[in-house]
Amino acid sequence: MRVGVVTFPGTLDDFDAARAVRFAGGESVSLWHGDEDLAKVDAVILPGGFSYGDYLRCGAIARFAPVMSSIIEGAKNGLPVLGICNGFQILCESHLLPGALTRNKGLHFYCKDQELEILNNTTLWTNNFKVGEKIVIPLKNGEGSFQCDDKTLAELEGEGRIIAKYMGENPNGSRNAIAGIANAAGNVVGIMPHPEHAIDSLTGPSTDGLAFFTSVLKKMVNA
Amino acid sequence: MSLDTVGVAAKSPAQTQPWRELGLKEDEYQRIREILGRRPSSSELAMYSVMWSEHCSYKSSKVHLRQFGEKAPATDVLLVGIGENAGVVDVGQGYAVTFKVESHNHPSFIEPYQGAATGVGGIVRDILTMGARPIAILDPLRFGPADAPDTKRVLPGIVAGIGGYGNCIGVPTIGGEVVFDETYAGNPLVNALCIGVMRHNQIKLAKASGTGNLVVLFGAKTGGDGIGGVSVLASETFGSSKPAKRPAVQVGDPFTEKVLIECCLEIFAEDLVIGIQDLGGAGLSCATSELASAGAGGMLIQLDKVPLRDANLSPEEILMSESQERMCAVVSPEKISRFLEICKKWEVVSTVIGEVTDGKHLVITWNGEIIVDVPPRTVAHDGPVYNRPIKRPAEQDALISNTTKSLAVPKSGSEFRQILLDLMASPNLADKSWITSQYDRYVQGNTISASPSDASIVRLDEETFLGVAVSTDANGRWCRLDPYTGTQLALAEAFRNVAASGAKPLAITNCLNFGSPEDPGVMWQFSESVRALADGALEMGLPVTGGNVSFYNQTGSVAILPTPVIGVLGVIDDVRHAIPLAYKKAGLELILLGETWEDFDGGEWAHLQKHLGGLPPQVNLKHEMRLGKLMSDARDQIVAAHDLSDGGLAVSITEMALASKIGAKVNIPENHFVHLFSETPGRILIAIESDQVDNFVGRAIDCEITTTKLGKTGGDEINFENLFSISIAEMREINSATLPRLFG
Repeated sequence: MRVGVVTFPGTLDDFDAARAVRFAGGESVSLWHGDEDLAKVDAVILPGGFSYGDYLRCGAIARFAPVMSSIIEGAKNGLPVLGICNGFQILCESHLLPGALTRNKGLHFYCKDQELEILNNTTLWTNNFKVGEKIVIPLKNGEGSFQCDDKTLAELEGEGRIIAKYMGENPNGSRNAIAGIANAAGNVVGIMPHPEHAIDSLTGPSTDGLAFFTSVLKKMVNA
Repeated sequence: MSLDTVGVAAKSPAQTQPWRELGLKEDEYQRIREILGRRPSSSELAMYSVMWSEHCSYKSSKVHLRQFGEKAPATDVLLVGIGENAGVVDVGQGYAVTFKVESHNHPSFIEPYQGAATGVGGIVRDILTMGARPIAILDPLRFGPADAPDTKRVLPGIVAGIGGYGNCIGVPTIGGEVVFDETYAGNPLVNALCIGVMRHNQIKLAKASGTGNLVVLFGAKTGGDGIGGVSVLASETFGSSKPAKRPAVQVGDPFTEKVLIECCLEIFAEDLVIGIQDLGGAGLSCATSELASAGAGGMLIQLDKVPLRDANLSPEEILMSESQERMCAVVSPEKISRFLEICKKWEVVSTVIGEVTDGKHLVITWNGEIIVDVPPRTVAHDGPVYNRPIKRPAEQDALISNTTKSLAVPKSGSEFRQILLDLMASPNLADKSWITSQYDRYVQGNTISASPSDASIVRLDEETFLGVAVSTDANGRWCRLDPYTGTQLALAEAFRNVAASGAKPLAITNCLNFGSPEDPGVMWQFSESVRALADGALEMGLPVTGGNVSFYNQTGSVAILPTPVIGVLGVIDDVRHAIPLAYKKAGLELILLGETWEDFDGGEWAHLQKHLGGLPPQVNLKHEMRLGKLMSDARDQIVAAHDLSDGGLAVSITEMALASKIGAKVNIPENHFVHLFSETPGRILIAIESDQVDNFVGRAIDCEITTTKLGKTGGDEINFENLFSISIAEMREINSATLPRLFG
């Protein structure tokens, strides 16, 4: 199983995402922002970081990278795509996911071990979780407050597309404490906290993040 | 304005020059004229002025810093020593680790966000220049009183700047210190330490050699920011009579730095450079003169080829600009096309600006005309050396005779309880999460422990689990009372923190923050401090791999507390065996290692009462080494450990309990106040399984370390038997409320 990990200039967690894929038993394939070729991967991860410095809106420039044209097309045809943090922002800018990520309430970059509740285990990236399962993975970003209009929120909630929400005090002001969402088909998922930093209790707060990566590998094996 | 070429300079000896405005003294200007046999051109004057600044030339400190060489212990771990961009030590398995700490104090006071951000950027490039991947950042910080209005301006900006830069370049920020004292009110300290890792054969040096090899400038374009930062800003005392210095602070672009890091590492992996130097303080003046003077030949630079952000910059400004995120490499003609190709891949601007020549001089041209023609060594290394007057301040005797014996000694449990609550709520001991949560500690996925652990630990190798542990420490109040002992106490504490994590201490770095070297009292503090560190390093057998001196940290006639920040790096062969701060379960024995004496002078209890006087505790480096050996030998028996420092045993137990989210019940020996709050060094608190105690105590006896059984972990309160108790919940609330209340 080959999982592509995209590197934009300014991407930071590509190495970590690739490690997580390996920990889950997959093969990670490095994808370069300037290359439209997806190297026949079975799934794609857009990792965290500050693509192009994020001096404009986060993800707004990355969305126009050559690699994104192939990923957008692939995603519309069912390619599993996971956007983590900056990757989530890029997916929103690409209109593969609705809404936008805005400055955290409090206006600080915020790094903490965050408890989440999993709300949907039918997506390609969450099927190894149980609904209602509580997990702890690192949250670290400056612009992680998910915002959308009322109609979109009603759709997301009505269709069960909110995959995880923050437990306890809302850390960044996200609407309805949303931490991650999926597209209608369930192949594209965006999540603000970082599952790739919670795959080994030696370096992370838990191993709870691993299930995102084993989910997609299991689905691909079974497909 | 007409171009002041070397030819023009030779013909117009009487022309007046702005040497004073550029920060040079009259005799220094005369010396430049002697070296050149004529007046310098305006470009040469610009170069000498920045390179002969205190910041770049170490002119006041050099005569003292020589001791690090003279007293260097025999060592087989040092691969690159003092003089290069950063020292490099052998950590085994073919890995080399480089680490260094630098100050960015003055810029951070003027413009907190950019000052701190570019401080991080600068030290990261120093580490990168050695050929290493930067893997961790630690930030020792000092501020004025936490409730002072200006601290509200300075602290949030500095913290945001460190985070804004470090988070964006993908290097985890995992440690450091935050200390408040009124002497830092007009002079906050922003020190930044970076650690990098490489293979032995990847070490790079700043050296230009081989006639015909090309000099390449790459990274950001050159702009007008930071002009004269080192000479005007970092080498002078702040006063109110001068014009605003904002333009002398550089502006950082972390995105460019991140791309530059990846670009350089790819270039290093293919072995494409002969020598490399980053552009930091003194910009191109520093990079070209240092590269050229380290090599055998000369260098020819065509300054008009430098890519500019502002086309109106004069050659003098280009030479002095401290625009960030730039590197200068020496590349052979055969490898230049591949070098430029990699830069293109990363969209890094790279320009061949000159070449290595067989001459002896550094020659710089501007549109074909020679504007600089100097022996590079005279710029880079032969700057002035001052033997500044040294005098122990007259008030020192009054200071040390005013001991804490004059303070009322608390006796009851309720008094002790209040002291502990006051200490844990005080800004110096309060929970620093408000600060550390603004830093990414997870990126790169190798962080084993970060603040508030005693030492910060990163893994180097995912297969073998080899790792390094680092701690930085300084106690300015102790150094004020006795700079010699205070400095060795800082060394002892950094050593102990590394040892308490289960790592083996290997090497030392330092950042010496002091007031004006023109004050004989400050020079006395400085000379004592350097002597202490050199003596201490020799006694402990640890090499000093490099360091940084920051003078002129004073407002008017009031200097900061002498603040020699000491960093100790240790190696840990398997990070899975690192000793954590949290004991994680109930029923463990808590044992105190080391003896407790009556040490309150300069401590946190005295500081609560705004008392500073007396003498610091005695330091025993041999004892610290035995304690370190015990921690290392018994590593796998020890479940958790925490060193005792500010606030003494009561604070250490509390910090361990808070980290563990589990309480403890302890019996404090007679003479309760001393045992609870004294700050005697050389002590570590450990948690250990009951059935291991006898064996461990035997080992401690072998190492001549005293052990005291205090009690057990468990419960939801910290219970000092027969004295007082505090619930974990109440303590956490008090400990964590302080910084958010002050800074939002």
